[in-house]
Amino acid sequence: MSSRDPIVAAVVEKYRGDPTYLVQILREAQEALDWIAPETVEAIASQLRIPLTRVQSALQFYSFFYDKPVGKYRLLFSDNITDRMLGNLALFEHMLNRLKLKRGEVSADGLVSVDLTSCTGMCDQGPAMLVNNRAVTRLTARRVDEISDLVRARVPLSEWPADYFHVDDNVRRVDALLDRSYEAGSALRAAIARGRQGMLDEMKRSNLRGRGGAGFATDLKWEICRNAPGAERFVVCNADEGEPGTFKDRVLLQSYAGRVFEGMAICGFIIGAVRGFLYLRGEYQHLLAPLEAKLEQMRRARLLGAGICGAPGFDFDIEIHLGAGAYICGEESALIESLEGKPGVPRIRPPFPVTSGYLGKPTVVDNVETLCEATEVALRGGQAFAGQGTKRSTGTKILSVSGDCDRPGLYEYPFGVRISQVLNDCGARNVAAVQISGPAGVCLTPDEFDRHIAFEDVATGGSFMIFGADRDLFEVARNYAHFFAHESCGFCTPCRVGTTLARDIMEKIAVGRGTHYEINELMRLRELLRRTSHCGLGQTALNAIGDTWQKFRPAYERRLQWRDFYPTIDLEAALAETRALAGRDDAEAHVGVES
Amino acid sequence: MTTPESIITIDRVPVPFKPGQTIFEAALAAGVYIPHLCAHPDFAPHGSCKLCTVLVNGRNASACALKAAPGQEVEVDTPELQAYRRTLVQMLFVEGNHFCPGCEKSGNCQLQALGYEFEMLTPHFVEFFPDRGVDASHPDVLLDFNRCIMCELCVRASRDLDGKSIFALAGRGLNSHLIVNSPSGKLGDTNFSIADKAAHVCPVGTILIKRVGFSQPIGERLYDLAPISAEAGQCAIEEA
Repeated sequence: MSSRDPIVAAVVEKYRGDPTYLVQILREAQEALDWIAPETVEAIASQLRIPLTRVQSALQFYSFFYDKPVGKYRLLFSDNITDRMLGNLALFEHMLNRLKLKRGEVSADGLVSVDLTSCTGMCDQGPAMLVNNRAVTRLTARRVDEISDLVRARVPLSEWPADYFHVDDNVRRVDALLDRSYEAGSALRAAIARGRQGMLDEMKRSNLRGRGGAGFATDLKWEICRNAPGAERFVVCNADEGEPGTFKDRVLLQSYAGRVFEGMAICGFIIGAVRGFLYLRGEYQHLLAPLEAKLEQMRRARLLGAGICGAPGFDFDIEIHLGAGAYICGEESALIESLEGKPGVPRIRPPFPVTSGYLGKPTVVDNVETLCEATEVALRGGQAFAGQGTKRSTGTKILSVSGDCDRPGLYEYPFGVRISQVLNDCGARNVAAVQISGPAGVCLTPDEFDRHIAFEDVATGGSFMIFGADRDLFEVARNYAHFFAHESCGFCTPCRVGTTLARDIMEKIAVGRGTHYEINELMRLRELLRRTSHCGLGQTALNAIGDTWQKFRPAYERRLQWRDFYPTIDLEAALAETRALAGRDDAEAHVGVES
Repeated sequence: MTTPESIITIDRVPVPFKPGQTIFEAALAAGVYIPHLCAHPDFAPHGSCKLCTVLVNGRNASACALKAAPGQEVEVDTPELQAYRRTLVQMLFVEGNHFCPGCEKSGNCQLQALGYEFEMLTPHFVEFFPDRGVDASHPDVLLDFNRCIMCELCVRASRDLDGKSIFALAGRGLNSHLIVNSPSGKLGDTNFSIADKAAHVCPVGTILIKRVGFSQPIGERLYDLAPISAEAGQCAIEEA
């Protein structure tokens, strides 16, 4: 029927009818149609010649795809703990009241819906929201009022005040990498001068390790990929920066994108890949157009394309894939599934992507910061690079600092920096805890603040969330429990069911119906998930609960009932609706208040 | 003939393997039972149910997904691992709506059999009681989504053996659910047939052949006669 078919046809045509672009096709179709109706699913499936179920599986997996109408304006408040600490829930309620809506409900005129979403990576300038996937920062009650008015007046997003969408870099401490004196193309020319093997040797000497947090040796990853059998290889830059509290890649892609792309090309040069992908999280859609423009500029300057910098046989180009709201796609094999147009379900590993990645071919997947660092190695040489940091953690690390401090933002340090120095530099006082590496990471208390940021001590992807002495660490763990239950992909039993069980137990404790029985259950679940989950998400999902129970026991204990067991259900309260329906309020209709 | 290069041990018993075999496949061929739900010898490793979690040289691994390799010492039947498996089965019970006494798969159901195997006395956790439906649109087959455990055996059978891709999982996390490849979403509007492999691989009571549900009396069924662990060495999934 009607207007839909030409829209779908144009999008499918743009991607040459290739089903591996299904996620991109769904995103662009939805941009035009606001949501993906069953007829749209059928149109996409038939034009791509794939089963309906493949389209539905992808459609229903990603948070930012809608298979039901959700309004012309889709407002999503970021709900990381740092947004909470900045008062996002009050603003959320305020907007619901202004628009006379309930959470997730679509207004009767089909205009608008308001809901919560996982961390949008604006922790240094929150509370934040997404309006039709465009990031809005620094929300205040006044800004919420203004946005409500704009929505009701149906003002197109392009006519909203530009400062709503302004995203600051907030670079607070600069070291080798964030130093802006950088000449475009210089790293590529340096790598070409060193030659393919020579550049790999420099990578070896640099001892550069993966900045996503796992710390795998980058030279080894590249070498294994180069040596893996197969005619075609790929470079993937993982910019699915979803770990709550992390936003360094946002800044690198906003202000250092040329270096990231050069790093990808250098990797391609070494491993023999001619195609690269940047997998950009959907929350960073505002970066898409500037990044596309940057790629175009680099192609014109012969820093991408055929014969890069005039080097014969050095061909490499990059395309950008946008994610659609799925934390799990930060896991490299899930990311590759998503690149292939499928739900982001992690693969069985081994085999690892280095030998069997995108389309089953050898693929390097590296973090944005890692690829950026490769340009440092090209420019300065491996030995100079290894001169910074510690013996086992060379170079510098960018930390995304947020929470209770005067100056949230990006801090670049040589590896080995103490937690206490970071806290001092960002103006954090009277700190109760720091959550490092996000909800999946570790919660450190003041007696541990002399520890170091390094792979051999406190390893991190960069998330550094600070909690002052007046913060309730139970609420922090509860927020994380909701996060994991929402983000579990659902593939394996322990994580699919266990994250929801843990969330519900945390809720039971929160309403004052928990006992030590519930604590034991949480610790038992934590161990089960750690031992049996399919991937890192499930394996680490209950770490924060374990850490906070161990280190902030009073936060839990003041909520616990001191008896062996307390039922989840409050029978007296549960009967209220029945009483109302039956029009009864006599003594017989009550079971009595709990003792 | 086996050389030391092609032997692993499972609970200290030597088990030979062929190159490319997973631990699960090697065990199956040798008649050694490793608990499982989503694994099936006719299909590629999947590794979602996690019941086959074992210790390999002290490290956790899914026996169905890990290739056998020389020197592996595999632990399967330890009290700790059995306790994990019991909890996983309890999770599958509370996640769906499983009422064994009223289920026509009772006695032939692997989930139920594993409940007995791991001495599960209660579901333990608070039941989720999800709102799931049934699909009786097909003339020969009933789909009862209440019992689906997301093992994707029917998905794989229909896609990889039948060449029809009639089933898929959709949704994320706890919203994961089985869907059917037709515009109406109904099985009756597909070319699904009881001759399909996918009609016969469901380990629980989600895909049921109509009109034969009680032709074999309860009490005389597969797992009524012997525990699921006793049938090691043969595929337990085929219906009686």
